Amino acid sequence: MPCGLFFETYQKDQSIFPTWWLRCWMIALGVFLLAFPFFAQPISDLVGINVLNMFNLIFIYVVGAHGLNLLTGYTGQISLGHGAFMGVGAYTAGILANMGLPFYVCLPLAGLVAAAVGMIFGIPSLRLRGLYLAIATLAAQFILVYAMRNWEHLTGGSAGLLVPTAKIGSFEFDSDFKFYFLALAFAIMATMYLKNLSRTRTGRAFVAVRDRYLSAEVIGVNLFKYRIMSFGISSFMVGIAGGLWAYYITIISDEHFTLWLSVQYLAMCIVGGLGQVLGSIFGVIFMVVLPELLRIPTELLTGIFPNISDIFASLREMVFGIVVILFLIFEPDGMAARWHTIRAYWKLWPFSY
Amino acid sequence: MQEFLQLIVTGLVIGSAYALVAMGFALIYKSTSIINFAQGEFVLVGGYVCWWLYTGLHVPIVWAFMITMLIAVLMGMVLERLMLRPMIGEPIISVIMITIALAAVLKAAVTMLWGTQIKVFTPAIFSQKAVYLGPVLVSEVYLWTFGFAAVFLGVFAAFFKFTRVGISMRAVANDQQVAQSMGISVKRVFAISWSIGALVSAVGGILVGNINGINITLSDFGLKVFPAVILGGLESIGGAIIGGLTIGVLENIMGSYLDAYLGGGVKEIAPFIVLIIILMIKPYGLFGIKEIERV
Repeated sequence: MPCGLFFETYQKDQSIFPTWWLRCWMIALGVFLLAFPFFAQPISDLVGINVLNMFNLIFIYVVGAHGLNLLTGYTGQISLGHGAFMGVGAYTAGILANMGLPFYVCLPLAGLVAAAVGMIFGIPSLRLRGLYLAIATLAAQFILVYAMRNWEHLTGGSAGLLVPTAKIGSFEFDSDFKFYFLALAFAIMATMYLKNLSRTRTGRAFVAVRDRYLSAEVIGVNLFKYRIMSFGISSFMVGIAGGLWAYYITIISDEHFTLWLSVQYLAMCIVGGLGQVLGSIFGVIFMVVLPELLRIPTELLTGIFPNISDIFASLREMVFGIVVILFLIFEPDGMAARWHTIRAYWKLWPFSY
Repeated sequence: MQEFLQLIVTGLVIGSAYALVAMGFALIYKSTSIINFAQGEFVLVGGYVCWWLYTGLHVPIVWAFMITMLIAVLMGMVLERLMLRPMIGEPIISVIMITIALAAVLKAAVTMLWGTQIKVFTPAIFSQKAVYLGPVLVSEVYLWTFGFAAVFLGVFAAFFKFTRVGISMRAVANDQQVAQSMGISVKRVFAISWSIGALVSAVGGILVGNINGINITLSDFGLKVFPAVILGGLESIGGAIIGGLTIGVLENIMGSYLDAYLGGGVKEIAPFIVLIIILMIKPYGLFGIKEIERV
């Protein structure tokens, strides 16, 4: 019995699901994800959390986190503006939907407008890298949120903007249950897209730009093109996530798209694992589930400290910060790297090599 | 015209606080190449601790000021040791993220301890009485704030220029390896940089808290500092001072003249608009070092 995986052809090496077992697991996961909402109600009652809502949020954020991971993990450009780019997507979808355009037109347009905005703010990436780019996108974040709040006849200002539910034909995605399948479809599409993109010429160019941009340029990778392109694709994905979010929540305001959201997106990518498709998924699950888990000890402690629920918001922020710090110090490659180690251990057992 | 002068004067006062915080930021960046996104939270902690000592515990203001500075220094050292030192050699995104996470933790801690209500120094430390400064009417507290900020800026600028520690810090900023081989402890310099960075920010927090009271938005100072240091050039202490003052004045002027056209709140984003313009035109700022990379 071979210990480890040995590929004999490039085709096998490059396939997405290289082993028979993996394919089985994927089918099992697919069946589980499709069957899950039918059993969600009893589970929600059991744990006291609306799990369907949680899953929907996870799916929406996965789309956005994949986008940021493409930019930060694959191309090595930091963005502190993705929260605002998501907002651009959400507002575009919301405004167009209010004008009466159907869902399947609004959503791609939301992505495209976000992509355009992202590319405009990505232009400084021609001359700037690392820190300077992070600060430029930070400025984008503030300016965009300002526009969302003050362009009142378009965005409804601080009162927010009502968005109709998504509708395809006469089928309306008006409940958690129905929206689940829509969000799931987009999460799967985004995941497959990123997985495949990283295997193409473009994806490899992105990685080359990240690893050694000077060498990349020397061997003929057009730096400007790929940098702007990764900004575009990344903002497109996060814009789609914003559009989905708008259709799901049905009321949007600038309060949601603050710097804090951008920071959370970055944290998702880092905790999960930069430059790994699995990383954004793990990161999103972790960041969405963590506050829910925190609720349990908080509720238990309210008996002893009655005003603990007042400080819940800051408690959540604090735990968030501490978790990210601990991850960065002790597990800088994120959860995906740990997952690979564990899998390799199983596969190789009882040998350690 | 008088209104314009008024705007410039109040802008300079807030700008001097920006300059203090920006100096702390530039100092940390210069000697450790770490971008501290938690600089604004240092301002917050400084303001709250001093307020708590003075108004809550009735410590005389001079002592409250001293103790706050001491706490800031200790905080800087501890944070550097626990969080930033393990990050030496890690990619820039990890370092940025760890300071952002640190900012979240500090902000949450302050909210837990003192809530989110505005806190006012009572009794007021400096009087609010208005004095004429030529044609411009300024309240005394503004003058004191500006004076204190100027003194601190001067003292620290002299400190880098003339003292032994200051010179060793400049040496580390220039070339870490060479500095180390000349017998300078780079680790110690890092710790000192963080302490001073925290110290000047805390002083900024106390000064600004005196004017309008303290609340959680004081941490926005940390974000306004980016335009200031980018304008001055990241590695330059003097640039940070000039940048801070400029941003303070620009923010005030743009805020008051553009509000009518853009629907209010321009003051909040004016520095960032300036920032984008600087980055497009002169990304390394007025006094920054232009990176030249060769293959």
